[in-house]
Amino acid sequence: MKIDQFQRLAPRVWRLEPTGPMRVPGLIFADEPLLLDMDDKVREQVSHVAALPGIVGASCAMPDAHWGYGFPIGGVAAFDPDEGGVVSAGGVGFDISCGVRTLVTGLTAETVRASQGKLADALYAAIPAGVGSTGRIALNPHEMEAMLTGGARWAVEKGYGSGADLERTEEEGCMAGALPKEVSSRARERQREQMGTLGSGNHYMEVQEVAEIFDPVIAGGYGLSRGDAVISIHCGSRGLGHQIGTEFLRSMVESAPSHGIHLPDRELACAPIHSPVGEAYLGAMRAGINCALANRQILTHLAREVFERALPQANLQVLYDVSHNTCKLEEHRIDGRPRMVYVHRKGATRAFAPGHPALPEALRPFGQPVLIGGSMGTASYIMAGTRESEALAFSSSCHGAGRRMSRRQAKKQWQGREVIRTLEQRGILIRGHTHRGIAEEAPDAYKDVTAVVDSAHDAGLSRKVVRLTPMICVKG
Amino acid sequence: MADIGVRGVGPTQAAAFEQAALALTAVLTDPSGVHDTEEVRVTCQAGDRELLLVDWLNALIYEMAVRSLIFGRFEVTLSGDRLDGSAWGETIRRGSHALAVEVKGATLTALRVTREDSGEWVAQCVVDV
Repeated sequence: MKIDQFQRLAPRVWRLEPTGPMRVPGLIFADEPLLLDMDDKVREQVSHVAALPGIVGASCAMPDAHWGYGFPIGGVAAFDPDEGGVVSAGGVGFDISCGVRTLVTGLTAETVRASQGKLADALYAAIPAGVGSTGRIALNPHEMEAMLTGGARWAVEKGYGSGADLERTEEEGCMAGALPKEVSSRARERQREQMGTLGSGNHYMEVQEVAEIFDPVIAGGYGLSRGDAVISIHCGSRGLGHQIGTEFLRSMVESAPSHGIHLPDRELACAPIHSPVGEAYLGAMRAGINCALANRQILTHLAREVFERALPQANLQVLYDVSHNTCKLEEHRIDGRPRMVYVHRKGATRAFAPGHPALPEALRPFGQPVLIGGSMGTASYIMAGTRESEALAFSSSCHGAGRRMSRRQAKKQWQGREVIRTLEQRGILIRGHTHRGIAEEAPDAYKDVTAVVDSAHDAGLSRKVVRLTPMICVKG
Repeated sequence: MADIGVRGVGPTQAAAFEQAALALTAVLTDPSGVHDTEEVRVTCQAGDRELLLVDWLNALIYEMAVRSLIFGRFEVTLSGDRLDGSAWGETIRRGSHALAVEVKGATLTALRVTREDSGEWVAQCVVDV
């Protein structure tokens, strides 16, 4: 996009003046090359979001922002219900609460490498992944209800983990305010056999090495040392979340005129927070968050089972679990006073500052772990929430590398078999269900995750703690 | 999270809807490799043709998800605000269909059902994969 449309507030902070129907300015956080590389649609979508009723502060885009439906992916926006603020299904995304959970293992990367092939095969065999895969748990109606209300807490009660896991999960593993009655029978049907499945596309379970430490104090606080092996799980609320998103996007389009909401484009479909549709969506979306938290908890259990057999000296503990696609009621200082606002993060990570009461006691002095997934051939990062991020972007940061190439382009450019072979030569074992899927996920199909993370760090959205490099990647 | 566009082009609106559904399958796999051993019928109703397209694609996405089916052939009849459609396909064979991604849902982005100057109909939108 063109740079002259923006006022440069800081080297990595770009302001879009409010014009026309925009109620607040736009803010894009990126270095110059990343901004230049962004599709102009990102600017257009940031402007559209800035025009929605009840928006406060600014309409933000993270360094990994790209064109999405309605809100940009990498978009952050907060709405005040007392000023007619809205909630938008397109502002959360279809994969509700898609996120990353990272586990420390108590193992060194060297130990993992000694059993790398065996471990890769065992994980691939144990983790249901790919289109059409089913989990070993088929939920009956009663269990479905309990899962939608209880989230990861339900999973732990069923024997998939411990209370310590919950302490290290956003919302302590259970999103309050879920309304299972607002989750349709079709959404439930899509989920019935999908608990404990990874999904497909960019979802993965990865065994990684702590390759570089940027902040030794915070890394120590997170229990990370150079050469450690960790596991990261990237997945979401599976079919249930997809169906909730689909249905509410549609019902918000239909109800918008009755609320006096005139949309510049129907893709911005939204409803007042205090309206029957808005409240129903929030209740269903929170149930979707619980589904994602339960799903990552079950996958954690499956990983533990594999490690118990393959490397029994391992001790898999949750470092933290973050969600990328949510709308949450949070307190933020806006115009100098604290206000309760509904923060949409679509492809963006919550990044609470050190001392935030929502953080577990052990992590509170260091700030919230911000888990950034890269591509399967490059790197992932763990960052930490900062105090500056509160004023910049409602305590939010980036979520990943972001695609730079479409799946179609990637498929034309690479062969899955070749990608696997090249990565194997670099010591990275890929296990996936389709070569086409692996070609579409080729590392070079993604933006440079390091540039994204550096921009987030330099802008003050979050600070770099460690860099992780992949050793084993199980793809959906 | 990633999005991809699907576009159907045909001499009639119904044909464009059928082609958009075929494009949806192409996001997942090569449609020519899908056998039509099973038929699923769907009915949708919507105030305008664009929303009807979204409903049609979402109905197919739902049927694919809960029945583990993949479709290779489609037939659509449009009448007023109603769509009656049939989709023929088979149970997903993970080895041979090699599905790369699953489609989460059809969106309202780049949503368009229009007649081009050439006289052909175009039916398109972005789907989330």
